[in-house]
Amino acid sequence: MSAIPTSSGPVRRGGLDLGHWLETAAAWLLAIIWAAPLLYAVWAAFHPTGYAARFELTAPLTLNNFVAAWHAAPFPRYFLNTVLLVTFVTGAQFVLCTLAAFVFARSRSRWMGLLFALVLVQLMIMPDMLIVENYRTMRALGLVDTIFAIGLPYVASGFGIFLLRQTFMQVPKELEDAARVEGCGTWAILWKVYVPLARPTYLAYGLTSVAYHWNNFLWPLVITNTVNTRPLTVGLAVFASTDQGIDWAIISAATLLTAAPLLLSFLLFQRQFVQSFMRAGIR
Amino acid sequence: MARAAGIGGSFGRERTTLHAWLMLAPAMILLVAFTHYPALATIWHSFFSTPKGARPARFIGAENYAVLADDPVFWLVLKNNLIYALGTVPLSIGIALAMALWVNGRIRGKAAMRMAYFVPTVLPMIAVANLWLFFYTPDYGLIDRMTRLLFGWGPTNWIGSQETALGAMMMVAIWKEAGFFMIFYLAALQAIPPVLHEAAAVEGASRFYTFRRVTLPLLGPTTLFIAVNAVINGFRLVDHIIVMTHGGPDNATALLLTYIYDVGFRYWDTALASALTVVLLLILCLLAAAQFLLMGRRTHYR
Repeated sequence: MSAIPTSSGPVRRGGLDLGHWLETAAAWLLAIIWAAPLLYAVWAAFHPTGYAARFELTAPLTLNNFVAAWHAAPFPRYFLNTVLLVTFVTGAQFVLCTLAAFVFARSRSRWMGLLFALVLVQLMIMPDMLIVENYRTMRALGLVDTIFAIGLPYVASGFGIFLLRQTFMQVPKELEDAARVEGCGTWAILWKVYVPLARPTYLAYGLTSVAYHWNNFLWPLVITNTVNTRPLTVGLAVFASTDQGIDWAIISAATLLTAAPLLLSFLLFQRQFVQSFMRAGIR
Repeated sequence: MARAAGIGGSFGRERTTLHAWLMLAPAMILLVAFTHYPALATIWHSFFSTPKGARPARFIGAENYAVLADDPVFWLVLKNNLIYALGTVPLSIGIALAMALWVNGRIRGKAAMRMAYFVPTVLPMIAVANLWLFFYTPDYGLIDRMTRLLFGWGPTNWIGSQETALGAMMMVAIWKEAGFFMIFYLAALQAIPPVLHEAAAVEGASRFYTFRRVTLPLLGPTTLFIAVNAVINGFRLVDHIIVMTHGGPDNATALLLTYIYDVGFRYWDTALASALTVVLLLILCLLAAAQFLLMGRRTHYR
Protein backbone atom coordinates (compact mmCIF):
# COMPACT_ATOMS: atom_id res chain seq x y z
CA MET A 1 0.00 0.00 0.00
CA SER A 2 2.30 2.79 -1.18
CA ALA A 3 0.81 6.23 -1.11
CA ILE A 4 1.07 7.37 -4.70
CA PRO A 5 -0.92 10.57 -4.96
CA THR A 6 -3.30 10.44 -7.88
CA SER A 7 -6.19 12.69 -8.67
CA SER A 8 -8.84 10.18 -7.63
CA GLY A 9 -6.73 8.69 -4.85
CA PRO A 10 -7.65 10.79 -1.81
CA VAL A 11 -11.41 10.53 -2.35
CA ARG A 12 -11.35 6.77 -2.68
CA ARG A 13 -8.95 6.37 0.19
CA GLY A 14 -11.13 8.59 2.34
CA GLY A 15 -14.14 6.37 1.68
CA LEU A 16 -12.15 3.26 2.44
CA ASP A 17 -10.79 4.74 5.61
CA LEU A 18 -14.22 5.62 6.95
CA GLY A 19 -15.41 2.08 6.25
CA HIS A 20 -12.31 0.64 7.80
CA TRP A 21 -12.65 2.92 10.80
CA LEU A 22 -16.28 1.88 11.36
CA GLU A 23 -15.34 -1.76 11.06
CA THR A 24 -12.53 -1.40 13.55
CA ALA A 25 -14.90 0.31 15.97
CA ALA A 26 -17.47 -2.48 15.59
CA ALA A 27 -14.82 -5.14 16.05
CA TRP A 28 -13.57 -3.50 19.23
CA LEU A 29 -17.04 -2.94 20.59
CA LEU A 30 -17.76 -6.63 20.15
CA ALA A 31 -14.44 -7.52 21.76
CA ILE A 32 -15.28 -5.37 24.78
CA ILE A 33 -18.71 -6.94 25.15
CA TRP A 34 -17.21 -10.41 24.82
CA ALA A 35 -14.51 -9.71 27.40
CA ALA A 36 -16.76 -7.77 29.77
CA PRO A 37 -17.83 -10.63 32.06
CA LEU A 38 -14.25 -11.72 32.62
CA LEU A 39 -13.05 -8.15 33.11
CA TYR A 40 -15.84 -7.58 35.58
CA ALA A 41 -15.00 -10.78 37.44
CA VAL A 42 -11.40 -9.64 37.77
CA TRP A 43 -12.54 -6.24 39.04
CA ALA A 44 -14.98 -7.62 41.59
CA ALA A 45 -12.71 -10.39 42.78
CA PHE A 46 -9.75 -8.14 43.57
CA HIS A 47 -11.70 -5.39 45.34
CA PRO A 48 -13.65 -5.34 48.62
CA THR A 49 -17.32 -6.28 48.38
CA GLY A 50 -18.43 -2.68 48.58
CA TYR A 51 -16.87 -1.95 45.19
CA ALA A 52 -18.55 -4.83 43.35
CA ALA A 53 -20.89 -2.37 41.68
CA ARG A 54 -18.91 0.83 42.15
CA PHE A 55 -16.17 1.42 39.68
CA GLU A 56 -13.57 3.78 41.09
CA LEU A 57 -9.95 3.66 40.05
CA THR A 58 -8.83 4.36 43.60
CA ALA A 59 -10.60 1.34 45.07
CA PRO A 60 -8.27 -0.65 47.31
CA LEU A 61 -7.03 -4.02 46.11
CA THR A 62 -7.49 -7.18 48.15
CA LEU A 63 -7.08 -10.93 47.96
CA ASN A 64 -9.56 -11.59 50.76
CA ASN A 65 -12.31 -12.64 48.37
CA PHE A 66 -10.21 -15.55 47.13
CA VAL A 67 -9.44 -16.61 50.67
CA ALA A 68 -13.10 -16.34 51.62
CA ALA A 69 -14.25 -18.30 48.57
CA TRP A 70 -11.62 -20.98 49.09
CA HIS A 71 -12.79 -21.54 52.65
CA ALA A 72 -16.52 -21.07 52.06
CA ALA A 73 -16.80 -24.27 50.02
CA PRO A 74 -14.70 -27.42 49.70
CA PHE A 75 -12.97 -26.10 46.60
CA PRO A 76 -9.73 -28.10 47.03
CA ARG A 77 -11.78 -31.29 46.90
CA TYR A 78 -13.79 -30.04 43.88
CA PHE A 79 -10.53 -29.22 42.13
CA LEU A 80 -9.19 -32.69 42.78
CA ASN A 81 -12.41 -34.24 41.47
CA THR A 82 -12.34 -32.19 38.29
CA VAL A 83 -8.69 -32.95 37.66
CA LEU A 84 -9.31 -36.67 38.17
CA LEU A 85 -12.35 -36.55 35.90
CA VAL A 86 -10.62 -34.67 33.09
CA THR A 87 -7.51 -36.86 33.26
CA PHE A 88 -9.58 -40.02 33.14
CA VAL A 89 -11.84 -38.90 30.31
CA THR A 90 -9.16 -37.39 28.08
CA GLY A 91 -6.70 -40.22 28.66
CA ALA A 92 -9.25 -42.93 27.97
CA GLN A 93 -10.57 -41.03 24.95
CA PHE A 94 -7.09 -40.83 23.45
CA VAL A 95 -6.53 -44.56 23.76
CA LEU A 96 -9.94 -45.76 22.64
CA CYS A 97 -10.40 -43.24 19.85
CA THR A 98 -6.90 -43.84 18.50
CA LEU A 99 -7.49 -47.59 18.26
CA ALA A 100 -10.90 -47.24 16.67
CA ALA A 101 -9.86 -44.44 14.30
CA PHE A 102 -6.87 -46.49 13.10
CA VAL A 103 -9.12 -49.37 12.13
CA PHE A 104 -11.64 -47.05 10.47
CA ALA A 105 -8.89 -45.30 8.50
CA ARG A 106 -7.13 -48.41 7.27
CA SER A 107 -9.56 -51.28 7.14
CA ARG A 108 -11.35 -52.05 3.89
CA SER A 109 -13.95 -54.35 5.39
CA ARG A 110 -17.47 -53.79 4.14
CA TRP A 111 -18.68 -53.52 7.73
CA MET A 112 -16.71 -50.35 8.30
CA GLY A 113 -19.20 -48.10 6.52
CA LEU A 114 -22.03 -49.22 8.75
CA LEU A 115 -19.96 -49.10 11.94
CA PHE A 116 -18.66 -45.65 11.12
CA ALA A 117 -22.20 -44.43 10.55
CA LEU A 118 -22.98 -45.69 14.05
CA VAL A 119 -20.07 -43.63 15.36
CA LEU A 120 -21.32 -40.52 13.57
CA VAL A 121 -24.71 -40.86 15.26
CA GLN A 122 -23.04 -39.60 18.42
CA LEU A 123 -22.19 -36.29 16.78
CA MET A 124 -25.91 -35.59 16.78
CA ILE A 125 -27.23 -37.54 19.75
CA MET A 126 -24.83 -36.78 22.56
CA PRO A 127 -24.79 -38.33 26.03
CA ASP A 128 -25.81 -34.88 27.34
CA MET A 129 -29.30 -35.52 26.06
CA LEU A 130 -29.62 -39.07 27.33
CA ILE A 131 -29.32 -38.26 31.02
CA VAL A 132 -32.48 -40.13 32.01
CA GLU A 133 -31.47 -43.49 30.53
CA ASN A 134 -27.80 -43.17 31.38
CA TYR A 135 -28.74 -42.48 34.98
CA ARG A 136 -30.80 -45.65 34.94
CA THR A 137 -27.80 -47.58 33.58
CA MET A 138 -25.43 -46.14 36.18
CA ARG A 139 -27.85 -47.03 38.96
CA ALA A 140 -28.06 -50.58 37.65
CA LEU A 141 -24.27 -50.76 37.61
CA GLY A 142 -24.08 -49.30 41.13
CA LEU A 143 -21.98 -46.40 39.87
CA VAL A 144 -24.16 -43.45 40.90
CA ASP A 145 -22.12 -40.76 42.64
CA THR A 146 -18.72 -41.82 41.33
CA ILE A 147 -16.25 -39.85 39.23
CA PHE A 148 -15.99 -42.88 36.97
CA ALA A 149 -19.69 -42.54 36.14
CA ILE A 150 -19.34 -38.86 35.23
CA GLY A 151 -16.74 -39.68 32.62
CA LEU A 152 -17.75 -43.08 31.30
CA PRO A 153 -20.50 -42.05 28.83
CA TYR A 154 -18.08 -39.67 27.11
CA VAL A 155 -15.10 -41.99 26.80
CA ALA A 156 -16.03 -43.42 23.40
CA SER A 157 -16.21 -40.07 21.66
CA GLY A 158 -17.68 -39.97 18.17
CA PHE A 159 -16.05 -36.61 17.57
CA GLY A 160 -12.64 -37.95 18.59
CA ILE A 161 -12.89 -41.04 16.41
CA PHE A 162 -14.05 -38.93 13.48
CA LEU A 163 -11.26 -36.39 13.89
CA LEU A 164 -8.47 -38.94 14.27
CA ARG A 165 -9.77 -41.02 11.37
CA GLN A 166 -9.64 -37.95 9.12
CA THR A 167 -6.06 -37.33 10.19
CA PHE A 168 -4.97 -40.95 9.87
CA MET A 169 -6.40 -41.15 6.37
CA GLN A 170 -4.06 -38.38 5.27
CA VAL A 171 -1.01 -40.42 6.30
CA PRO A 172 0.69 -41.57 3.07
CA LYS A 173 0.52 -45.30 2.52
CA GLU A 174 4.20 -45.27 1.52
CA LEU A 175 5.25 -44.40 5.06
CA GLU A 176 3.38 -47.38 6.38
CA ASP A 177 4.81 -49.68 3.70
CA ALA A 178 8.30 -48.45 4.50
CA ALA A 179 7.77 -49.19 8.19
CA ARG A 180 6.48 -52.62 7.31
CA VAL A 181 9.58 -53.33 5.24
CA GLU A 182 11.63 -52.30 8.27
CA GLY A 183 9.85 -55.08 10.10
CA CYS A 184 7.30 -53.12 12.12
CA GLY A 185 4.08 -54.86 13.13
CA THR A 186 0.64 -53.23 13.22
CA TRP A 187 1.14 -51.88 16.75
CA ALA A 188 4.54 -50.43 15.95
CA ILE A 189 3.17 -48.79 12.81
CA LEU A 190 0.33 -47.22 14.76
CA TRP A 191 2.63 -46.03 17.51
CA LYS A 192 5.61 -44.92 15.42
CA VAL A 193 4.00 -43.67 12.22
CA TYR A 194 0.39 -42.65 12.79
CA VAL A 195 0.36 -41.25 16.31
CA PRO A 196 3.36 -38.90 15.87
CA LEU A 197 1.96 -37.54 12.62
CA ALA A 198 -1.37 -36.82 14.28
CA ARG A 199 0.13 -34.72 17.07
CA PRO A 200 -1.66 -31.47 16.06
CA THR A 201 -4.97 -33.30 16.06
CA TYR A 202 -4.29 -34.69 19.52
CA LEU A 203 -3.53 -31.20 20.79
CA ALA A 204 -6.65 -29.65 19.28
CA TYR A 205 -8.89 -32.50 20.35
CA GLY A 206 -7.27 -32.75 23.77
CA LEU A 207 -7.77 -29.08 24.55
CA THR A 208 -11.36 -29.16 23.32
CA SER A 209 -12.06 -32.24 25.36
CA VAL A 210 -10.42 -30.91 28.51
CA ALA A 211 -12.41 -27.68 28.20
CA TYR A 212 -15.63 -29.60 27.60
CA HIS A 213 -15.28 -31.81 30.63
CA TRP A 214 -13.82 -29.15 32.89
CA ASN A 215 -16.95 -27.13 32.17
CA ASN A 216 -19.56 -29.87 31.80
CA PHE A 217 -22.46 -29.39 34.18
CA LEU A 218 -25.77 -31.11 33.63
CA TRP A 219 -24.71 -34.77 33.67
CA PRO A 220 -22.35 -34.30 36.66
CA LEU A 221 -25.18 -32.46 38.45
CA VAL A 222 -27.46 -35.43 37.89
CA ILE A 223 -25.06 -38.24 38.70
CA THR A 224 -23.25 -36.81 41.75
CA ASN A 225 -24.65 -35.91 45.12
CA THR A 226 -21.75 -35.64 47.55
CA VAL A 227 -18.74 -33.41 48.02
CA ASN A 228 -16.38 -36.29 47.29
CA THR A 229 -17.49 -36.64 43.70
CA ARG A 230 -18.75 -33.21 42.67
CA PRO A 231 -16.64 -31.47 40.04
CA LEU A 232 -15.94 -27.74 40.22
CA THR A 233 -18.89 -26.68 38.11
CA VAL A 234 -21.45 -28.46 40.27
CA GLY A 235 -19.66 -27.33 43.40
CA LEU A 236 -19.74 -23.74 42.21
CA ALA A 237 -23.44 -23.96 41.40
CA VAL A 238 -24.20 -25.38 44.84
CA PHE A 239 -22.04 -22.70 46.42
CA ALA A 240 -23.61 -19.83 44.51
CA SER A 241 -27.18 -20.96 45.11
CA THR A 242 -27.06 -21.65 48.85
CA ASP A 243 -26.80 -19.44 51.93
CA GLN A 244 -24.39 -16.83 50.50
CA GLY A 245 -27.09 -14.36 49.66
CA ILE A 246 -25.39 -12.89 46.66
CA ASP A 247 -21.91 -11.63 47.38
CA TRP A 248 -20.68 -10.75 43.90
CA ALA A 249 -17.10 -10.29 45.07
CA ILE A 250 -16.81 -13.81 46.50
CA ILE A 251 -18.71 -15.37 43.59
CA SER A 252 -16.38 -13.60 41.17
CA ALA A 253 -13.37 -14.89 43.06
CA ALA A 254 -14.76 -18.42 43.00
CA THR A 255 -15.47 -18.05 39.30
CA LEU A 256 -11.91 -17.01 38.57
CA LEU A 257 -10.56 -19.87 40.67
CA THR A 258 -12.69 -22.32 38.72
CA ALA A 259 -11.72 -21.00 35.33
CA ALA A 260 -8.09 -20.08 35.95
CA PRO A 261 -6.30 -23.33 35.03
CA LEU A 262 -8.18 -23.61 31.77
CA LEU A 263 -7.80 -19.93 30.97
CA LEU A 264 -4.05 -20.07 31.53
CA SER A 265 -3.54 -23.19 29.44
CA PHE A 266 -5.47 -21.67 26.56
CA LEU A 267 -3.47 -18.47 26.77
CA LEU A 268 -0.33 -20.57 26.53
CA PHE A 269 -1.52 -22.76 23.68
CA GLN A 270 -3.59 -20.20 21.78
CA ARG A 271 -1.49 -20.15 18.62
CA GLN A 272 -0.95 -23.91 18.46
CA PHE A 273 -4.62 -24.41 19.08
CA VAL A 274 -5.74 -22.51 15.98
CA GLN A 275 -3.02 -24.08 13.88
CA SER A 276 -3.91 -27.53 15.13
CA PHE A 277 -7.46 -27.02 13.99
CA MET A 278 -6.18 -25.97 10.59
CA ARG A 279 -3.96 -28.98 10.23
CA ALA A 280 -6.53 -31.34 11.65
CA GLY A 281 -8.62 -30.40 8.65
CA ILE A 282 -11.79 -29.42 10.50
CA ARG A 283 -12.98 -26.96 7.98
CA MET B 1 -2.47 -54.95 -2.38
CA ALA B 2 -5.80 -56.34 -1.35
CA ARG B 3 -4.42 -59.66 -0.32
CA ALA B 4 -6.93 -60.58 2.31
CA ALA B 5 -10.64 -60.62 2.57
CA GLY B 6 -12.40 -59.69 5.82
CA ILE B 7 -11.28 -56.57 7.55
CA GLY B 8 -8.40 -56.14 5.08
CA GLY B 9 -6.26 -53.07 4.47
CA SER B 10 -3.40 -52.66 6.89
CA PHE B 11 -4.71 -55.76 8.57
CA GLY B 12 -3.56 -58.46 6.23
CA ARG B 13 -3.71 -61.86 7.81
CA GLU B 14 -6.26 -63.68 9.89
CA ARG B 15 -4.56 -62.88 13.17
CA THR B 16 -4.44 -59.17 12.46
CA THR B 17 -8.09 -59.24 11.48
CA LEU B 18 -8.77 -60.38 15.00
CA HIS B 19 -6.52 -57.55 16.18
CA ALA B 20 -8.59 -55.05 14.24
CA TRP B 21 -11.82 -56.18 15.85
CA LEU B 22 -10.18 -56.10 19.27
CA MET B 23 -9.01 -52.54 18.65
CA LEU B 24 -12.46 -51.49 17.63
CA ALA B 25 -14.32 -53.30 20.39
CA PRO B 26 -13.78 -51.07 23.47
CA ALA B 27 -14.90 -47.90 21.71
CA MET B 28 -17.83 -49.57 19.99
CA ILE B 29 -19.07 -51.29 23.15
CA LEU B 30 -19.04 -48.05 25.15
CA LEU B 31 -20.57 -46.14 22.28
CA VAL B 32 -23.44 -48.59 22.07
CA ALA B 33 -23.84 -48.73 25.85
CA PHE B 34 -24.13 -44.96 26.36
CA THR B 35 -25.50 -43.66 23.08
CA HIS B 36 -27.35 -46.25 21.02
CA TYR B 37 -28.75 -48.36 23.82
CA PRO B 38 -30.10 -45.40 25.84
CA ALA B 39 -31.56 -43.83 22.69
CA LEU B 40 -33.53 -47.01 22.03
CA ALA B 41 -34.26 -47.80 25.68
CA THR B 42 -35.80 -44.39 26.20
CA ILE B 43 -38.36 -45.19 23.49
CA TRP B 44 -39.17 -48.49 25.22
CA HIS B 45 -39.43 -46.92 28.67
CA SER B 46 -41.64 -44.13 27.42
CA PHE B 47 -44.44 -46.69 27.02
CA PHE B 48 -44.33 -47.63 30.70
CA SER B 49 -45.47 -45.92 33.86
CA THR B 50 -43.04 -44.55 36.44
CA PRO B 51 -42.52 -47.09 39.23
CA LYS B 52 -43.71 -45.69 42.55
CA GLY B 53 -42.69 -47.31 45.81
CA ALA B 54 -43.76 -50.96 45.71
CA ARG B 55 -45.67 -50.49 42.44
CA PRO B 56 -43.45 -51.55 39.53
CA ALA B 57 -43.54 -49.96 36.09
CA ARG B 58 -46.34 -51.31 33.88
CA PHE B 59 -47.08 -50.98 30.21
CA ILE B 60 -49.42 -48.07 29.55
CA GLY B 61 -49.06 -47.61 25.80
CA ALA B 62 -48.97 -44.04 24.59
CA GLU B 63 -50.35 -42.55 27.78
CA ASN B 64 -47.19 -40.58 28.54
CA TYR B 65 -47.46 -38.94 25.14
CA ALA B 66 -51.13 -38.17 25.76
CA VAL B 67 -50.12 -36.50 29.02
CA LEU B 68 -47.56 -34.42 27.13
CA ALA B 69 -50.05 -33.45 24.45
CA ASP B 70 -52.38 -32.13 27.18
CA ASP B 71 -49.58 -30.38 29.02
CA PRO B 72 -49.52 -26.67 28.15
CA VAL B 73 -46.01 -26.40 29.64
CA PHE B 74 -44.75 -28.97 27.12
CA TRP B 75 -46.01 -26.93 24.18
CA LEU B 76 -44.57 -23.77 25.68
CA VAL B 77 -41.23 -25.52 26.15
CA LEU B 78 -41.30 -26.67 22.55
CA LYS B 79 -42.04 -23.15 21.36
CA ASN B 80 -39.31 -21.69 23.56
CA ASN B 81 -36.76 -24.16 22.26
CA LEU B 82 -37.71 -23.38 18.68
CA ILE B 83 -37.23 -19.66 19.29
CA TYR B 84 -34.01 -20.35 21.16
CA ALA B 85 -32.57 -22.43 18.30
CA LEU B 86 -33.80 -20.11 15.53
CA GLY B 87 -32.32 -17.13 17.34
CA THR B 88 -28.98 -18.53 18.46
CA VAL B 89 -28.02 -20.52 15.34
CA PRO B 90 -27.91 -17.78 12.68
CA LEU B 91 -26.72 -15.07 15.06
CA SER B 92 -23.84 -17.06 16.49
CA ILE B 93 -22.74 -18.16 13.01
CA GLY B 94 -22.94 -14.64 11.63
CA ILE B 95 -21.05 -13.14 14.55
CA ALA B 96 -18.44 -15.91 14.37
CA LEU B 97 -17.85 -15.18 10.69
CA ALA B 98 -17.51 -11.43 11.33
CA MET B 99 -15.07 -12.14 14.16
CA ALA B 100 -12.96 -14.43 12.01
CA LEU B 101 -12.83 -11.93 9.16
CA TRP B 102 -11.78 -9.15 11.53
CA VAL B 103 -9.18 -11.20 13.32
CA ASN B 104 -7.85 -12.47 10.00
CA GLY B 105 -7.79 -8.99 8.44
CA ARG B 106 -5.50 -6.08 9.08
CA ILE B 107 -7.12 -4.53 12.11
CA ARG B 108 -5.05 -3.13 14.97
CA GLY B 109 -4.63 -5.30 18.05
CA LYS B 110 -5.70 -8.55 16.41
CA ALA B 111 -4.12 -10.77 19.04
CA ALA B 112 -5.94 -9.11 21.93
CA MET B 113 -9.16 -9.13 19.95
CA ARG B 114 -8.90 -12.82 19.17
CA MET B 115 -8.32 -13.48 22.84
CA ALA B 116 -11.37 -11.46 23.86
CA TYR B 117 -13.58 -13.31 21.37
CA PHE B 118 -12.30 -16.69 22.43
CA VAL B 119 -12.38 -16.27 26.21
CA PRO B 120 -16.07 -17.18 26.72
CA THR B 121 -15.40 -20.60 25.18
CA VAL B 122 -13.01 -21.45 27.96
CA LEU B 123 -15.04 -20.11 30.87
CA PRO B 124 -17.37 -22.61 32.54
CA MET B 125 -20.98 -21.79 31.68
CA ILE B 126 -21.88 -22.07 35.35
CA ALA B 127 -19.30 -19.52 36.39
CA VAL B 128 -20.32 -17.28 33.55
CA ALA B 129 -23.99 -17.56 34.47
CA ASN B 130 -23.27 -15.95 37.83
CA LEU B 131 -21.53 -13.04 36.14
CA TRP B 132 -24.34 -12.52 33.66
CA LEU B 133 -26.76 -12.64 36.56
CA PHE B 134 -25.02 -9.57 37.87
CA PHE B 135 -25.05 -7.90 34.44
CA TYR B 136 -28.79 -8.43 34.19
CA THR B 137 -29.56 -7.23 37.72
CA PRO B 138 -32.26 -4.56 37.55
CA ASP B 139 -31.17 -1.00 38.24
CA TYR B 140 -27.57 -1.48 39.34
CA GLY B 141 -26.52 -4.22 36.94
CA LEU B 142 -24.19 -3.21 34.12
CA ILE B 143 -26.76 -3.50 31.35
CA ASP B 144 -29.29 -1.28 33.08
CA ARG B 145 -26.59 1.29 33.75
CA MET B 146 -25.65 1.28 30.08
CA THR B 147 -29.20 1.61 28.84
CA ARG B 148 -29.78 4.42 31.34
CA LEU B 149 -26.65 6.21 30.23
CA LEU B 150 -27.28 5.77 26.50
CA PHE B 151 -31.07 5.84 26.14
CA GLY B 152 -32.29 7.07 29.52
CA TRP B 153 -34.27 3.85 30.13
CA GLY B 154 -35.55 2.96 33.56
CA PRO B 155 -34.68 -0.27 35.35
CA THR B 156 -35.61 -3.46 33.47
CA ASN B 157 -35.96 -6.87 35.07
CA TRP B 158 -34.22 -8.63 32.19
CA ILE B 159 -34.42 -12.18 33.46
CA GLY B 160 -37.41 -11.68 35.71
CA SER B 161 -39.97 -10.72 33.11
CA GLN B 162 -41.58 -13.00 30.56
CA GLU B 163 -40.84 -10.78 27.55
CA THR B 164 -37.11 -10.46 27.97
CA ALA B 165 -35.99 -13.58 29.86
CA LEU B 166 -35.64 -15.91 26.87
CA GLY B 167 -33.82 -13.24 24.87
CA ALA B 168 -31.44 -12.71 27.77
CA MET B 169 -30.68 -16.44 27.85
CA MET B 170 -30.11 -16.46 24.09
CA MET B 171 -27.67 -13.60 24.43
CA VAL B 172 -25.59 -15.61 26.92
CA ALA B 173 -25.62 -18.66 24.61
CA ILE B 174 -24.50 -16.64 21.58
CA TRP B 175 -21.82 -14.96 23.64
CA LYS B 176 -20.62 -18.36 24.78
CA GLU B 177 -20.42 -20.17 21.44
CA ALA B 178 -19.53 -17.50 18.84
CA GLY B 179 -15.84 -17.46 19.76
CA PHE B 180 -15.60 -21.22 19.43
CA PHE B 181 -17.13 -21.15 15.96
CA MET B 182 -14.77 -18.31 15.06
CA ILE B 183 -11.82 -20.70 15.46
CA PHE B 184 -13.19 -22.96 12.73
CA TYR B 185 -13.78 -20.03 10.37
CA LEU B 186 -10.33 -18.71 11.17
CA ALA B 187 -8.75 -22.04 10.31
CA ALA B 188 -10.70 -22.14 7.05
CA LEU B 189 -9.82 -18.54 6.13
CA GLN B 190 -6.15 -19.14 6.70
CA ALA B 191 -6.30 -22.18 4.45
CA ILE B 192 -7.57 -20.14 1.50
CA PRO B 193 -4.63 -19.61 -0.88
CA PRO B 194 -3.72 -15.88 -0.93
CA VAL B 195 -3.40 -16.19 -4.73
CA LEU B 196 -7.20 -16.15 -5.00
CA HIS B 197 -7.52 -12.81 -3.26
CA GLU B 198 -4.61 -11.38 -5.20
CA ALA B 199 -6.24 -12.45 -8.43
CA ALA B 200 -9.48 -10.81 -7.37
CA ALA B 201 -7.58 -7.64 -6.46
CA VAL B 202 -5.85 -7.60 -9.86
CA GLU B 203 -9.23 -7.90 -11.52
CA GLY B 204 -10.28 -4.84 -9.54
CA ALA B 205 -12.97 -6.63 -7.56
CA SER B 206 -14.28 -4.72 -4.55
CA ARG B 207 -13.76 -6.11 -1.06
CA PHE B 208 -17.41 -7.01 -0.74
CA TYR B 209 -17.49 -8.66 -4.15
CA THR B 210 -14.37 -10.68 -3.35
CA PHE B 211 -15.93 -11.76 -0.07
CA ARG B 212 -19.18 -12.80 -1.73
CA ARG B 213 -17.73 -14.57 -4.75
CA VAL B 214 -14.39 -15.91 -3.48
CA THR B 215 -14.31 -16.20 0.31
CA LEU B 216 -17.88 -17.16 1.12
CA PRO B 217 -18.17 -20.12 -1.30
CA LEU B 218 -14.90 -21.52 0.03
CA LEU B 219 -16.30 -21.33 3.55
CA GLY B 220 -19.30 -23.49 2.63
CA PRO B 221 -18.17 -26.77 4.20
CA THR B 222 -17.04 -24.95 7.36
CA THR B 223 -20.38 -23.21 7.62
CA LEU B 224 -22.16 -26.53 7.36
CA PHE B 225 -19.98 -28.04 10.07
CA ILE B 226 -20.58 -25.05 12.33
CA ALA B 227 -24.29 -25.07 11.58
CA VAL B 228 -24.59 -28.70 12.69
CA ASN B 229 -22.85 -27.83 15.94
CA ALA B 230 -24.90 -24.68 16.47
CA VAL B 231 -28.14 -26.60 15.96
CA ILE B 232 -27.11 -29.24 18.49
CA ASN B 233 -26.13 -26.48 20.90
CA GLY B 234 -29.58 -25.01 20.39
CA PHE B 235 -30.89 -28.03 22.28
CA ARG B 236 -27.90 -28.85 24.48
CA LEU B 237 -26.66 -25.51 25.83
CA VAL B 238 -28.89 -25.09 28.87
CA ASP B 239 -26.49 -24.97 31.84
CA HIS B 240 -26.90 -21.24 32.30
CA ILE B 241 -30.68 -21.52 32.25
CA ILE B 242 -30.67 -24.09 35.03
CA VAL B 243 -28.54 -21.79 37.16
CA MET B 244 -29.93 -18.38 36.21
CA THR B 245 -33.69 -18.86 35.90
CA HIS B 246 -34.54 -22.51 36.64
CA GLY B 247 -36.65 -22.22 33.50
CA GLY B 248 -38.71 -19.36 34.95
CA PRO B 249 -40.36 -16.92 35.18
CA ASP B 250 -43.46 -19.02 34.57
CA ASN B 251 -41.52 -21.40 32.27
CA ALA B 252 -40.63 -18.52 29.97
CA THR B 253 -37.08 -19.86 29.61
CA ALA B 254 -37.76 -23.59 29.99
CA LEU B 255 -36.30 -25.61 27.10
CA LEU B 256 -36.66 -29.30 26.28
CA LEU B 257 -33.52 -30.34 28.12
CA THR B 258 -34.24 -28.25 31.23
CA TYR B 259 -37.76 -29.68 31.23
CA ILE B 260 -36.33 -33.21 30.96
CA TYR B 261 -34.12 -32.43 33.93
CA ASP B 262 -37.01 -31.02 35.94
CA VAL B 263 -39.40 -33.86 35.18
CA GLY B 264 -36.82 -36.60 35.51
CA PHE B 265 -34.71 -35.45 38.44
CA ARG B 266 -36.86 -33.05 40.43
CA TYR B 267 -40.29 -34.67 40.17
CA TRP B 268 -38.68 -38.09 39.47
CA ASP B 269 -41.28 -38.90 36.82
CA THR B 270 -38.76 -40.88 34.77
CA ALA B 271 -41.32 -42.33 32.35
CA LEU B 272 -42.55 -38.90 31.33
CA ALA B 273 -38.94 -37.73 31.08
CA SER B 274 -38.29 -40.66 28.75
CA ALA B 275 -41.16 -39.57 26.53
CA LEU B 276 -39.73 -36.04 26.51
CA THR B 277 -36.34 -37.43 25.55
CA VAL B 278 -37.97 -39.26 22.64
CA VAL B 279 -39.40 -35.95 21.43
CA LEU B 280 -35.96 -34.35 21.66
CA LEU B 281 -34.32 -37.22 19.77
CA LEU B 282 -37.04 -37.10 17.14
CA ILE B 283 -36.40 -33.42 16.53
CA LEU B 284 -32.67 -34.04 16.27
CA CYS B 285 -33.22 -36.89 13.80
CA LEU B 286 -35.43 -34.68 11.64
CA LEU B 287 -32.78 -31.98 11.68
CA ALA B 288 -30.08 -34.53 10.82
CA ALA B 289 -32.14 -35.71 7.86
CA ALA B 290 -32.71 -32.13 6.74
CA GLN B 291 -29.01 -31.38 6.96
CA PHE B 292 -28.18 -34.55 5.08
CA LEU B 293 -30.48 -33.52 2.24
CA LEU B 294 -29.04 -30.02 2.25
CA MET B 295 -25.52 -31.41 2.13
CA GLY B 296 -26.50 -33.69 -0.76
CA ARG B 297 -27.84 -30.75 -2.74
CA ARG B 298 -24.74 -28.72 -2.03
CA THR B 299 -22.44 -31.34 -3.43
CA HIS B 300 -24.59 -31.54 -6.53
CA TYR B 301 -24.42 -27.81 -6.85
CA ARG B 302 -20.63 -27.83 -6.99
